[in-house]
Amino acid sequence: MSVLQALDVGLALLVFAVAAWTVFAPGPFAATVGYVVYGLLLSLVWIRLFAVDVALTEAAIGSGVTGVLLIGAAARLRGAETTPAEEALTGLTRLFAAGLCLLVVAALAAVVLLLPDQGPTLAPQSMERLPETGLGNPVTAVLIAFRSFDTMLEKVVLVLGVVGVWSLAADRYWGGAPGEARAERPEPTLAFFAQMLAPIGILVGVHVFWVGADEPGGAFQGGAILAAMWMIVMMARLTEAPQASAFWLRLALIAGPAVFLAAGVAGAVVAGGFFAYPPGLAKPLILFIETFMTFTIAVTLPMLVAGPPRREPRR
Amino acid sequence: MSLALDLFSIAAISAGVFFFLAGTVGLLRFPDALSRLHALTKADNLGLGLIVLGLLPRAESLLAALMLVAIWALVQLAGATAAQLIGRAVRRKGPAI
Amino acid sequence: MSDFLLATAGAILFTVAVGLVRILGGPGDADRMMAAQLIGTGGIASLLLIAAATGARGVDDVALGLAILAAFASAAFVNSGAPAEEPDPNPADDR
Repeated sequence: MSVLQALDVGLALLVFAVAAWTVFAPGPFAATVGYVVYGLLLSLVWIRLFAVDVALTEAAIGSGVTGVLLIGAAARLRGAETTPAEEALTGLTRLFAAGLCLLVVAALAAVVLLLPDQGPTLAPQSMERLPETGLGNPVTAVLIAFRSFDTMLEKVVLVLGVVGVWSLAADRYWGGAPGEARAERPEPTLAFFAQMLAPIGILVGVHVFWVGADEPGGAFQGGAILAAMWMIVMMARLTEAPQASAFWLRLALIAGPAVFLAAGVAGAVVAGGFFAYPPGLAKPLILFIETFMTFTIAVTLPMLVAGPPRREPRR
Repeated sequence: MSLALDLFSIAAISAGVFFFLAGTVGLLRFPDALSRLHALTKADNLGLGLIVLGLLPRAESLLAALMLVAIWALVQLAGATAAQLIGRAVRRKGPAI
Repeated sequence: MSDFLLATAGAILFTVAVGLVRILGGPGDADRMMAAQLIGTGGIASLLLIAAATGARGVDDVALGLAILAAFASAAFVNSGAPAEEPDPNPADDR
């Protein structure tokens, strides 16, 4: 067995062990830490599977956004004692649930391992038509050119998520701001960290988005890093979350899918098909759409993590 | 010349692995949370730094080498901040929070 | 040489995996946070070594992203635990 294969096997076993431990972890916070570690190891796995774009997304979302979200949730749960539902789970129910999970895993493993070597795929055709889009990164081409409608709908789902989170607010708080107010004396360590990191992070986020046309990267990864920068500035209490009723915020949330949809409808008029791009103008149009999508993602993710409004709206 | 660079890489990377090992041993064996934190930051700082140093001769371009150093600098920043935050939390709430 | 790099990547992964014991046992949330931090740094180191060994493109960007987001979990941990403006018990030590 070569060194690379041994490394791969070791990585797989490690991922398995961390996943198993997360399931049996003593308490929500420990499980959250296990989950963050699991996400980290998964990015390594994606790299070994030659899916660098996915690895970038996993790193940005898993460590940055979801990790913060879950740790905040675990902290809020710490105040509450064991929920009654948890005490009612008998051994038999747990056994049944475990059995069901194992069955699904076995089915997935069987499907993956028994796939023919040249499984059904559209990859060769996409690579053939790649030069027409003017892009160098096939993943970006699939996301924004070949199945653009799906990508637009994904962003709409994110907006619906934000609406769902906001709807958890008490009636009198509707339209107010989530999170805590700006601190008079922000904690010095976090403030320093946010002030040092945010400019660098913004630069890296924009770079990852821009470079996604030809190298691994793209709107979602860049937007996630930008989102993380806004989140750290909010966590350091250097700025406060905007009010849910703010017009610019609501505009920013829909800007991405709206521009995408407009481009798609315009394509029906100008290029002869819904979501078709005029030949020769494909790459600039794609980058134009991606700019707005990055902006939307950078605004949506922190709003999802900030949670429902907890203060009365100011006039 | 290339052999000397290879030997330098091997030496630096091996030293880096040693510091990671030391950091983990410290994390496991030191008696209280603050001293474990101390061991952790040594691994962060020196372990990654020596590995980056060992990989510098193998970088494809000046820009790639600068990127490696930038990654190390960012981990330094993050590690120092995390150490301060965790240490402060341990001190405020007592060792077993 | 690339075999050596891969072997060291594996060694680092194994070493920090042993640190997982600290997450498992960890008589406290701070210890769990520390173990997560260690795995983060170890992961970045392994990534850089694997990138140098296999020559994959764009892996440096992933390491950069991980480095930028390395302290987020610790920041969230401290932010959620500490109340808003808790007075420092030993203010003199901060200066």
